[in-house]
Amino acid sequence: MTSVAHARPHAQGEGDAHHAPMSFWRKYIFSTDHKIIGIQFLFVSLFFLLVGGLLAMQIRWQLGFPGKPLPGGGILPETMVSGGVILPEYYVQLVSMHGTFMVFFAIMPLLVGVYANFLIPLKIGTHDMAFPRINMASFWLALLAGLIMTASFFVPNGPIRSGWTNYAPLAARPDLSGVTVGQMLWCVSIVVLGLSSVLGSLNYITTVINHRAPGMTWFRMPLSVWALFITAILGVLALPVLQGAAIMLLFDNVLGTHFFDPVAGGQALLWQHLFWFFGHPEVYILILPAMGMVSDIIANGSRKPIFGYHSMVFAIIGIAFLGWIVWGHHMFMSGMNPTLGSTFMVSTLLIAVPSAIKVFNWLGTIWRGNIRFHVPMLNAIGFVSMFTIGGLSGIFMAATPVDIPLHDTQFIVAHIHYVLFGGSLFALFAAIPYWYPKMFGRMMHEGIGKVHFWLTFIFYNMTFFPMHIIGMGGQMRRIYDPTIYTFLKPQQPLNEFISYSAFALFAVQILFAFNFLWSLKFGRKAPQNPWDDNGMEWSLPNPAPHGNWERTPNVYRGPYEFSAPEAGDKDFLPQYVKLPTDRDPVPAPVPAGH
Amino acid sequence: MRWWLPDAGSTFAGPIDGLFLAILIITGIALVLVEAGLVTFVIRYRGRPGRKAFYTHGSTRAEVIWTAIPAVTMVALGLISNHYWVLIKDKKSVPPNAYHLGVHAKQFEWQVTYPGPDGKLGTSDDFTVRNQLHVIVNQPFAVELTAEDVIHSFFVPEWRLKQDAVPGMHITAWFQATKTGEFELGCAELCGMGHYKMRARVFVHTPDEYKAWVAQQAAGGTE
Amino acid sequence: MTHATQALDQMRPPYPAEPGAGVYSNKLGMWVFLASDVMFFTALIGSYIVLRFGVEGPWAKPAAVLNVPLTAVNTFLLICSSVAMVKAYAAIQDGKKYFLRPVPGKLLRDGGLKFWLLVTMFCGAAFVSVQVVEYIKLVGHGFTPAGFRDGSLLAEHAAADPIKYGASVAGMYGSTFFTMTGFHGFHVTCGVISMTYLYFTKVLPEKYSPQDYRGIEVIGLYWHFVDLVWIILFTIVYLI
Repeated sequence: MTSVAHARPHAQGEGDAHHAPMSFWRKYIFSTDHKIIGIQFLFVSLFFLLVGGLLAMQIRWQLGFPGKPLPGGGILPETMVSGGVILPEYYVQLVSMHGTFMVFFAIMPLLVGVYANFLIPLKIGTHDMAFPRINMASFWLALLAGLIMTASFFVPNGPIRSGWTNYAPLAARPDLSGVTVGQMLWCVSIVVLGLSSVLGSLNYITTVINHRAPGMTWFRMPLSVWALFITAILGVLALPVLQGAAIMLLFDNVLGTHFFDPVAGGQALLWQHLFWFFGHPEVYILILPAMGMVSDIIANGSRKPIFGYHSMVFAIIGIAFLGWIVWGHHMFMSGMNPTLGSTFMVSTLLIAVPSAIKVFNWLGTIWRGNIRFHVPMLNAIGFVSMFTIGGLSGIFMAATPVDIPLHDTQFIVAHIHYVLFGGSLFALFAAIPYWYPKMFGRMMHEGIGKVHFWLTFIFYNMTFFPMHIIGMGGQMRRIYDPTIYTFLKPQQPLNEFISYSAFALFAVQILFAFNFLWSLKFGRKAPQNPWDDNGMEWSLPNPAPHGNWERTPNVYRGPYEFSAPEAGDKDFLPQYVKLPTDRDPVPAPVPAGH
Repeated sequence: MRWWLPDAGSTFAGPIDGLFLAILIITGIALVLVEAGLVTFVIRYRGRPGRKAFYTHGSTRAEVIWTAIPAVTMVALGLISNHYWVLIKDKKSVPPNAYHLGVHAKQFEWQVTYPGPDGKLGTSDDFTVRNQLHVIVNQPFAVELTAEDVIHSFFVPEWRLKQDAVPGMHITAWFQATKTGEFELGCAELCGMGHYKMRARVFVHTPDEYKAWVAQQAAGGTE
Repeated sequence: MTHATQALDQMRPPYPAEPGAGVYSNKLGMWVFLASDVMFFTALIGSYIVLRFGVEGPWAKPAAVLNVPLTAVNTFLLICSSVAMVKAYAAIQDGKKYFLRPVPGKLLRDGGLKFWLLVTMFCGAAFVSVQVVEYIKLVGHGFTPAGFRDGSLLAEHAAADPIKYGASVAGMYGSTFFTMTGFHGFHVTCGVISMTYLYFTKVLPEKYSPQDYRGIEVIGLYWHFVDLVWIILFTIVYLI
């Protein structure tokens, strides 16, 4: 039919001096290969995801069964658990570190550290990132930051107690929070992580701008790459603000500065403005890559082009742009000027629009498709249905008067988890099996994956949907024992139900963990293009070799030409396939010699 | 088992609950459309041998429609919401006849200062009570929120009232209770390990009950 | 083809690519990094502005607490280092890698990359050293990040003339001063260290040429950025 551009494993080639065989250390540990770095991020982040989950289990134990001894609580020290019962100070540490680990060391690195690193060079047709050694530094810095954060559990007075949002003045006053070294470690860890993020992001940005293969024009890039690119821009501009804030907080704690201390002229609200100016772009960092990858997978699963590709790109850009001017919606109750609140309400309501466009476009993609229900597609569809709930619940809080009863209640917790778990994590459950063959040369087990999806979907909704109701009833966030309040007692059965569902949800993840680890060794050997996908990465063997292509490939069309008439009897037409009617793209002039 | 918002107990509850319901209906319709669409498409367009997907890159007309409808809805929602937002939170909205109380939040209690028999806050007959908020039904009240140490948040669910108390700031929050009875005040901003027990009892009295209570407090009672 | 465009061509990726930014990757990467650094300093300087104009009491007159003349000289030093950086960049563009070469008929010798980069590094190191000395003197005098140290000479002066010394908000003064100037000094130090590394690994072994001087251009960009931040800081901290 057509000739497929042959991609021979990279043995020797342009611009790459790694001819000699590398030692184990250089190849797998101190690697500058973007694919290895992505896999390193994957293993480390999945570990932190587990840690975050374990912290959540303890939180749910206390909320569901306040005052009852934690099973296995005996192994924890007396500072955390007394007679097996979780102490209030440990409880607030649990909620603070659950959020911190999940946001900074699980979801962000899973979406960005793994997939920006792994996918970008592959999907744009280049050999590696623009700056491979800086890329390696980015991973090791992230790991260092994770270790520093973990260390805060093992220092006197333990980790922070002020929520992952770490509001000052509580966070700035060891005498009021009871936290000493743990606060310093949090701040240092965040600064190190920020540097890791900035270094990674500048790699992604430079690579996408300057290293696209001939024919890979901007509007032929897959949405996963667009999303990761825009996310990188968000990261490079937002993380430094958090670094600045963390440094000021650190100095308040150790140098006696007064940035957030009103007594000496500081301002308590300054922390919130700085944190959320970073924080809101951060949550878009946590969702955009997920949306991008889901787009790729849904187009593949539907065997149709993405509906409204250009709108999808502009929606990503719109969300990212608007994301800079909505931060105050986290501060409606903070005491900031109500007029400022009004402006943030407007921008927040507006940002619902591009998100809605994306949901409708995903529906439009599935409409009149010829759907393949592989595990990634199941999870991608799950993403769309759950993210819709999460996004819609946000509208309640965007309307400022309605935010009054809902702010800082479990309704917010429900919203967060619908977008971060129902959204980002389901997208990861789609992405991980999807690109697993490219990473490891094997397929994850499809049957286990399907059972995992359904059980997760069911228990996930049983866990988090009722939180909307509890929040409406008025249960505040970060409360050690809701039954102290008479008005909350009637809702306690629902807290118990949520806790049981959460335990089941966590237990079910064993299926995923087993599938992931078992398939590394025993998974079915993967064909070169197991999903009949169009992306550039599928022109390479599984796993993809060092340096990717021996010669830079050419790109002949857009990323979603499923069921195109030119495809003939196949229902896909990869970007790298040259049809007789295609002409080779003209690259930018190449320098003579180098 | 409670499945809904707490019983309405203030003049704010009407508009806020109404807005909540309106948003619930709008988002509910959107949700049903999306989820039903998803389920229908997933069943109707499931892959079968011999079928081909419909090759299209989209429809500008559809895009315009499903951009315009949410946009217009959001704008309308914003306008309506802002009206009530200003009414509740703007300093100028505090009714001139509101009774003013001082509420000072600290780890981990609420210190409520009452103006005493002379009715004026800040005079020598003021008295302070810990963890008890007494107000009069159908009468505007304004709490002058201050915080001693860290950020706390003044939250009475039945009144749909929430306002952070921030150290270094003096914030006024007004309300008008519509139901007598005993309620609860909780702290809605993590303020330390005692955050969960920063609870106060709230009493909404008839005017006579309130007068009696104030007189009793002024005479040195500690009920 | 001029030297500049010839050099530019050599700096593209050595394999075919779509037209990108028109700027080679090392430079693009540095611009992106500088954008992130702008955000970092914006957080610090923005906070300073919000805090300074939000405080109740009067802000100290810089001359009362800080050594403005010394810092003015230091500023001049940093500007000189930027000028030297420009000369280093011009030198390598013309292929002048040497240290100092006599020019027939001229009294002053002609400096190459090795000379001018060394001047840049020297001035940068001098700037940091002066700043360190300034910090030591300030702290000795009683000015710390927490404010005016009790019992110090500065605290006595401040008690005598609280308006000139901004005594009521000394805590904020100290907090913002040391954080902003400290992180700037940290950035200068990182620049000097990077230049030293480049000097020994690339400049002395003459690895740069008019065909490829990417490292010099990129470090130059960073250096000018750091200088620009200082101009801003010097103005808002020492002059107003």
